[in-house]
Amino acid sequence: MTIQDMQRSISKNALILGVFAALTVALVAVIQQGTAEPIREAQRLAKMAALAEILPTKSYDNSLLDMQITLDDPLLGNRAPTPAYIATLAGEPTAIILQATAPDGYNGAIELLIGIMADGRLSGVRVLQHKETPGLGDKIELSKSDWITSFTGKSLDNPRAERWTVKKERGDFDQFAGATITPRAVVKAVQRALQYFDANQANLFAQRLTASAQEANQ
Amino acid sequence: MSTSYKELTINGLWKNNPGLVQLLGLCPLMGTSNSTVNALGLGLATIFVLACSNAAVSLIRNAVTPAIRLPAFVMIIAALTTCIELLMQAYTYQLYLILGVFIPLITTNCVILGRAEAFAAKNKFVSSTYDGFIMGLGFALVLVIIGMVRELLGTGILFTNMQLLFGSMAANWQWTVFPNYEGFLLAVLPPGAFLVLGLMIALKNQIDSYILARTPVNMPAAADRRVRVTD
Repeated sequence: MTIQDMQRSISKNALILGVFAALTVALVAVIQQGTAEPIREAQRLAKMAALAEILPTKSYDNSLLDMQITLDDPLLGNRAPTPAYIATLAGEPTAIILQATAPDGYNGAIELLIGIMADGRLSGVRVLQHKETPGLGDKIELSKSDWITSFTGKSLDNPRAERWTVKKERGDFDQFAGATITPRAVVKAVQRALQYFDANQANLFAQRLTASAQEANQ
Repeated sequence: MSTSYKELTINGLWKNNPGLVQLLGLCPLMGTSNSTVNALGLGLATIFVLACSNAAVSLIRNAVTPAIRLPAFVMIIAALTTCIELLMQAYTYQLYLILGVFIPLITTNCVILGRAEAFAAKNKFVSSTYDGFIMGLGFALVLVIIGMVRELLGTGILFTNMQLLFGSMAANWQWTVFPNYEGFLLAVLPPGAFLVLGLMIALKNQIDSYILARTPVNMPAAADRRVRVTD
């Protein structure tokens, strides 16, 4: 094969490969454009359903997604500022739903949705996103096990601070057979979120006024 | 060269089954076979990607030179998998959440590149698509059987959480086979996948040698009548 032949073959192959790259990128781009809206909608629906699930239906009468504030605090463990939602009944704040992240899951961060009533009791906890091992750590999902409901009704001093961990470490919460790291990470993250709420409750519920004032101005 | 569909079917499902004979794509086979619903979900996604990638590779087989064959195929497979991931996220959001990282991992399932290279690159569009589909089906069947065995041994219950795939009407498909079952964790853990797969391969080989042991009875007669062929 002469140099010219080789050069010709190289440029021909590069050209073909380039055309394929362009075609496949175009395909992915089209699908991504087409699915962006349905994906956002699916995520929004999943979030609305999750929000409604962890608050007692009679405890609020506002539209949760509209009463949204933004929180950013190291105790919540989130990598970026995240939205929180305030539930009100006849204008009075009754509960808050905030997002927290357990950074120390078995397979990276676990994102949680935590509902706290105005009196400091947990109204419910759900897992938003995680990459825990299927069949083991994923029992933190309500669809796999009802473990996550064991938080309901607990508060910062019930159980006492040192018992906010898994039973293996003399705590109050069950671990899973074959998975201790995952539930412990979740328990710790919920405890930190409660500490955050305890320290900032007045502030948080005051922000509701700003949120609704902004609404009124618009 | 046209391979008959019957032969393709037997190859994909039994003689050359990706999971039991070629032993390709073991990573998702181990990872998602801990319950029937996970296995079925990934099995369906794999069938789809395999059929589509075989179809696409077959269409472009004359345009690609041998030197850039592999990068071109991998590009197609990766693009198709990305599309599937986006579509599942948009339309079966729950299933997308369960299967998580195993959906993008379909790209690295060597069954797919293997079939593109071994079959689709040399065959016509329709038979390539069919080969992809039937190979995917063979893979999915092994996946689902391992999933069922592991779920049953591990928890004593079959078909848990089928509503994640089939909607709310499937919520009561759950079937408690062994009530008051203690649970056998090993079956659900990764070693359980290796053990069950090993047993399935052993069973398949046993059946094959049983069939082989029974055939010689009428083989000599057939051989006598055949004209000797040198190949």
